[in-house]
Amino acid sequence: MTSTNLERVRSDVVSMDHLDQLEAQSIYILREGFARLKKLALLWSLGKDSNVMIWLARKAFFGHVPFPALHVDTGKKFPEMYAFRDHYSKEWGLDLTVEYCPSIDSVDPTLPPAARSAARKTEGLKLALAKHGFDGLIAGIRRDEEATRAKERVFSPRGVEGGWDVRDQPPEFWDQFNASPPPGAHLRIHPILHWTEADIWAYTARENIPIIPLYLAKDGKRYRSLGDADITNPVASTASTIAEILVELDGTTIPERAGRALDHETEDAFERLRVAGYL
Amino acid sequence: MTKPVNPTSLGMPNGTTRPQLRIVIVGHVDHGKSTLVGRLLHETGGLPDGKLEMLKAVSARRGMPFEWSFLLDALQTERDQGITIDTTQIRFRTKLRDVILIDAPGHAEFLRNMITGASQADGAVLIVDALEGVRDQTRRHAYLLHLLGVKQVAVVVNKMDRVDFSAVRFQAISDEISAHLVELGVTPAAVIPISARDGDGVATHTDRIGWYRGPTVVGALDALKPALALDELPLRLPVQAIYKFDDRRIVAGRIEAGHLAVGDDVVIMPAGKRAKIKSVERWSATPLEGEHGAGRSVGITLDRELFVERGDVIAHVGVVPSDTRRLRARIFWLHDQPLTAGSSILVRLGVREVRGRVVAIEKAIDPGELASVETKQIARNHVGEIEIALSQPVAADRYVDNPRTGRLVIEVGGRIAGGGLVLSIDAAQRVVSSDIVPVQSALQPEERSARYRHQGAVVWFTGLPGSGKSTLARALEHRLFAKGGSPILLDGDTLRAGLNRDLGFSAADRSENVRRLAEMAGHLARNGHIAIVAAVSPSRGDRAEARSAVDTAFREIYVATPAEICEQRDPKGHYAKARAGDLPGFTGIANDYQAPETVELRIDTSTVDVGRAIDGIEDMLRQTQVLDDGAADLAAFEAV
Repeated sequence: MTSTNLERVRSDVVSMDHLDQLEAQSIYILREGFARLKKLALLWSLGKDSNVMIWLARKAFFGHVPFPALHVDTGKKFPEMYAFRDHYSKEWGLDLTVEYCPSIDSVDPTLPPAARSAARKTEGLKLALAKHGFDGLIAGIRRDEEATRAKERVFSPRGVEGGWDVRDQPPEFWDQFNASPPPGAHLRIHPILHWTEADIWAYTARENIPIIPLYLAKDGKRYRSLGDADITNPVASTASTIAEILVELDGTTIPERAGRALDHETEDAFERLRVAGYL
Repeated sequence: MTKPVNPTSLGMPNGTTRPQLRIVIVGHVDHGKSTLVGRLLHETGGLPDGKLEMLKAVSARRGMPFEWSFLLDALQTERDQGITIDTTQIRFRTKLRDVILIDAPGHAEFLRNMITGASQADGAVLIVDALEGVRDQTRRHAYLLHLLGVKQVAVVVNKMDRVDFSAVRFQAISDEISAHLVELGVTPAAVIPISARDGDGVATHTDRIGWYRGPTVVGALDALKPALALDELPLRLPVQAIYKFDDRRIVAGRIEAGHLAVGDDVVIMPAGKRAKIKSVERWSATPLEGEHGAGRSVGITLDRELFVERGDVIAHVGVVPSDTRRLRARIFWLHDQPLTAGSSILVRLGVREVRGRVVAIEKAIDPGELASVETKQIARNHVGEIEIALSQPVAADRYVDNPRTGRLVIEVGGRIAGGGLVLSIDAAQRVVSSDIVPVQSALQPEERSARYRHQGAVVWFTGLPGSGKSTLARALEHRLFAKGGSPILLDGDTLRAGLNRDLGFSAADRSENVRRLAEMAGHLARNGHIAIVAAVSPSRGDRAEARSAVDTAFREIYVATPAEICEQRDPKGHYAKARAGDLPGFTGIANDYQAPETVELRIDTSTVDVGRAIDGIEDMLRQTQVLDDGAADLAAFEAV
């Protein structure tokens, strides 16, 4: 017993590749969130990232997702996305919660059009928070997507108004997370912050995670990132399988969110959205 | 339903098979960290399309020459003020590997963000301005790298263009910083002269640094090694949670060190309960065979029903972590309020959360200063060595034995306020000689505290003869009793008449007198009473021993009445006798009283009346969780 425990050599250990390491870290984060917060929800945008996140939650909790999958619906997603949601929420046994965004008329009309659209989603998120009283929202943002997201914490506190105070982020190190939101405020939990776009695809392929077909090229175009149908554009591509997407990503220097209009309206468009509570 | 696909068969190019290295760039503010990151990305072809044009536009809008740092300083305030506020990460690829670059702010104001970034790194690049040389943040960052466990450090001397690429200037800075690092136990992997703005020494050698023979920055990064394998250390599986979603009772956690397999004999610490691993669970396929090593997030089931909870640590028989309620740590402090002896804190050791108390601060310095001045409190951005008493036993390792389980963080008000390494563990806390079998009280401390509405404690009054200790002690006893509490007065002079009548006034006898008082007071405190001790107790060392014996329940009050007023009062006529030479060894006129430096409370009875002094004591006892204030968490400070 004791001696055999000690004598076993390291070469017996099943080695971990890059995707195994990413997965193990994400599972650790999800379990910490579930242990330390009272009322969690996972934000399901139906895109490739949040699908991977649901997959990781099923791994973390041994086939169960012990919190609701919250879809804040703008009503303007692609039809393929709604079909995907309705099918897989059943197949994966999710507690699907859909909350609708308020009318665009109620959102600041001075914002540029795409930012106004995004601000509407932030309003929808605030309404859902107020209605359900969640103290933690699990969100599938990644550092490599966008420069202000690169500055995020894994456990990121939000103010009572849902805002992000970028000037006063708490220290976070050694996988020790600040998990005590003041009453009325909430935390964002980012379990795949350390993944890249290529990691998401490689993992999706390895695990056979279903995806929305819009990501694969048809007639020379595909979507790299999925948002509202009216403010998301496809990119030129011939990648019709995940393996081909990975080869394409290896050679590209075009940013992932190039097709997302809201990132490009002004220098700080995205930061302002995020400070106000956007993902 | 999932059929694993072999990732290599996909011809996966990006990041999945290439080794990864995390590098943090640190150094003094304005020495060029963000610029170096921008230049590294540019030189290695890692810049996204349109980024260069965007940076030109952003710089021009602010009327500045081209500014690399705007690449990472993505926040509007960072660009407007020209400083990095928060840490960020960005990737690039060298011939050999993928590098994740972590940019950290150099401004002292944002040290917490530097630590957030640097804590994730396998190696570091420490940047020094060729013109300005080594500055306070250079030293502070170097010290913190060593505290964070980042041992591989390459130094770059930047802005060589500003010193005309002088080899002499380079050598002077190289010598100074190398000496500083070696003193911290770090040998720099390389010292490289560069101009981040122009590109000299970053990816290529240029004529302007023709005299330099060492590696470029990219070359030095390629020579650093990824993180150490933790598989070879003894098994440590901290328990994150117990899940009972179905008929399985799964103990979930991440293996921090070592490895495990089905059939292993394990011990659950700190309780020391034994079990065998029955299965290793995984969705979607269970059970799993083979050895599972450090870094894996796993779920296991045990062969028997045991009480296991979050924060326990599972280890192999014979190589278990220590079980302790007291440890010493070297920490860095980030909170606005300095850390002082007596502070109550929340300690996180891995996933274990436990309340504690700083029993002593042994050392405190500002790592940014050359000649460090030691103080007895740890200020913001300073480091120090502290002794912590915990309210419950925990499983812990020393940092030198296990870099993952041998570190802790301290939380104040729900926010991380500091962190550090476990230097030593006092495992003797629970050892009881086999010949002596202490008889436990029939009552639990909680039963008593529910009746008295306070926790057990020792309130220790120290001060010169005539300072007012006994008066305050008696008044406090009266106040606590009137409120339904259970105070007991232990007066030094009264006990000398009986229990301690064998003791005189030699230094050794005085120490023994204090030791007996502390033992007796500690026993009363452990049984839920508030022992009020009034004793001159002139020796700082003796009082530290008393605090150590009583542990977290000790509250020291310094009655700091000026000596001349004490002598005027002379309630027992001792000063008069001593002046007449009739009282050798009397404390008061011989200047042998050692005033405390850090205490829970300080009272000068010449400026405050007894009633107000007692109000102040009550406030202190409430704030330090001895007295219940209704909302207080009773479990937080179990009598010890």
